[in-house]
Amino acid sequence: MSQRYEIRFSGAGGQGLILAGVIMAEAASIYDGKQAVQSQSYGPEARGGASKSEVIVSDSMIDYPKATVVDALLALTQEACDKYSHDLKEGGVLLVDSDLVTKLPQGNFKTVSFPIINTAKNEVGREIVANIVALGAMVALTGVVSKEGAEKAVLARVPEAFMELNKKAFQLGYEKAIAAKA
Amino acid sequence: MAKKVAFLQGNEAAAQGALYAGCTFFGGYPITPSTEVAEVMSVELPKIGGKFIQMEDEIGAMASVIGASLTGAKVLTATSGPGLSLKQELIGYACIAETPCVIVNVMRGGPSTGMPTGPSQSDVMCAKWGTHGDHPAICLTPASVQELFEETVRAFNLAEKYRTPVMVMPDEIVAHMRERIVFPEPGELEVINRTAPSVSPAEYKPYDTSFGDVPPLAAFGSDYRFHVTGLNKGQDGFPTTKAAWVQAEEERQVRKVEANVDDIVTFEEYELADAEVAVIAYGSTSRSARFAVNEARKQGIKAGLFRIKTFWPFPDKQIAALAGKVKAFITPEMNLGMCTGEVKRCAEGKASVHGIFRVDGEPINPGQILEKIKEVK
Repeated sequence: MSQRYEIRFSGAGGQGLILAGVIMAEAASIYDGKQAVQSQSYGPEARGGASKSEVIVSDSMIDYPKATVVDALLALTQEACDKYSHDLKEGGVLLVDSDLVTKLPQGNFKTVSFPIINTAKNEVGREIVANIVALGAMVALTGVVSKEGAEKAVLARVPEAFMELNKKAFQLGYEKAIAAKA
Repeated sequence: MAKKVAFLQGNEAAAQGALYAGCTFFGGYPITPSTEVAEVMSVELPKIGGKFIQMEDEIGAMASVIGASLTGAKVLTATSGPGLSLKQELIGYACIAETPCVIVNVMRGGPSTGMPTGPSQSDVMCAKWGTHGDHPAICLTPASVQELFEETVRAFNLAEKYRTPVMVMPDEIVAHMRERIVFPEPGELEVINRTAPSVSPAEYKPYDTSFGDVPPLAAFGSDYRFHVTGLNKGQDGFPTTKAAWVQAEEERQVRKVEANVDDIVTFEEYELADAEVAVIAYGSTSRSARFAVNEARKQGIKAGLFRIKTFWPFPDKQIAALAGKVKAFITPEMNLGMCTGEVKRCAEGKASVHGIFRVDGEPINPGQILEKIKEVK
């Protein structure tokens, strides 16, 4: 992979999407030995408002740190999907929360949807780990970082007491994305 | 042993660079998008016996770093546009009292409260002309997380070497993005400490120009006693209005930087050897420019990049020389033409200058620059 691979995590402020992007980039950069840059854009609100976190992964030096043509997009809210899907490339990966994003953008995308937030809430037991469920799914769908690297990066960011919770969230997201893709 | 690496945010790297340089005091007032600098310093300084203080406002913060610096400490403050405006009175004070200090100013949209979370490059003129009166100005504009670390170290070196405030000005993108950083080992990067007086306390004068343009600075609170003021001062630090002396002192203070531009000015030249169009850019915009230059080269267009690392003093000489070689300059920046004006001044009509300006809180993307390259080639 000498080309740039561009990933965008989007949703509402407070959903932990910046952190999801940071972990993905950390997995690529620290654990998988690739080049990665993570950047973000958010409004002045502490909660709510459309928020995005972008990760560029490459084998060579990354100059422009923001997305140009997005290879994979996660949208956890309809507002984010409407606002941030315009530059998703033809054939790109689109992952959405099936409960919250009902109106999909026009275009030829590899769309995968499953109830991401509800998976966190009901199956993992805490809504707060929805970002890690989403991250697991994005790792499965993009294949741009190794599963092992991503898992290590998740655990390195999480306090001891929440390791199992996050491990489970990551694994469920990973599996559900593969199942939903099939 | 393998070097320590981390995936770090720009602001965190600035704080780590300050610690590497030996900073032991941070006085600040938090403001987006610079707050992470204060956060890291508040955690790290107590561990090494340093002091972190959150003041009542930005003016107080600037006053606190001047005071701490006079006691011999290496000092840092961090802010953003509105805070930089407030600090200006005391930045002037630090200039005339010749007090080393480093100010990290993360550029967000302005004027006034502007766009707190949006990127901008519109404080670069404020770095030179924000405080009134003739004074030296040094301002560094790093473009990556690694460079933000290294340039913060250099900012401390320049502040101590020239007894003057130094600004490090990343735009919000560089300050908030995260990249892999390789921490330099202790001793790997040069760390300059201020020159201590070589005379006894009785003989000491804080502005004794017989020691050159940068007189040694004693530590306040030690046996060395001296007077500090914002008024024009004599060698002993007490106010003076003696015309010839004031004129000479004003000139010396500005000369500290202007006579040393070759020591201070840094830049990067990329694909310029045969370039017909040169993009001149700084901060995160220079990364868009490099992308655009690479694309242009793929299409057979002779484009190159002159990346400004030191914004003040401005690389006059280098840009003037380049103006004689290329046909056109393209100057993308997240303001309405601040660097562009300086480039025009240096080019003296020898090359045409084409600005690309954005103040909408969005970065200048490579496509915009590539389009302009094609237009002017």
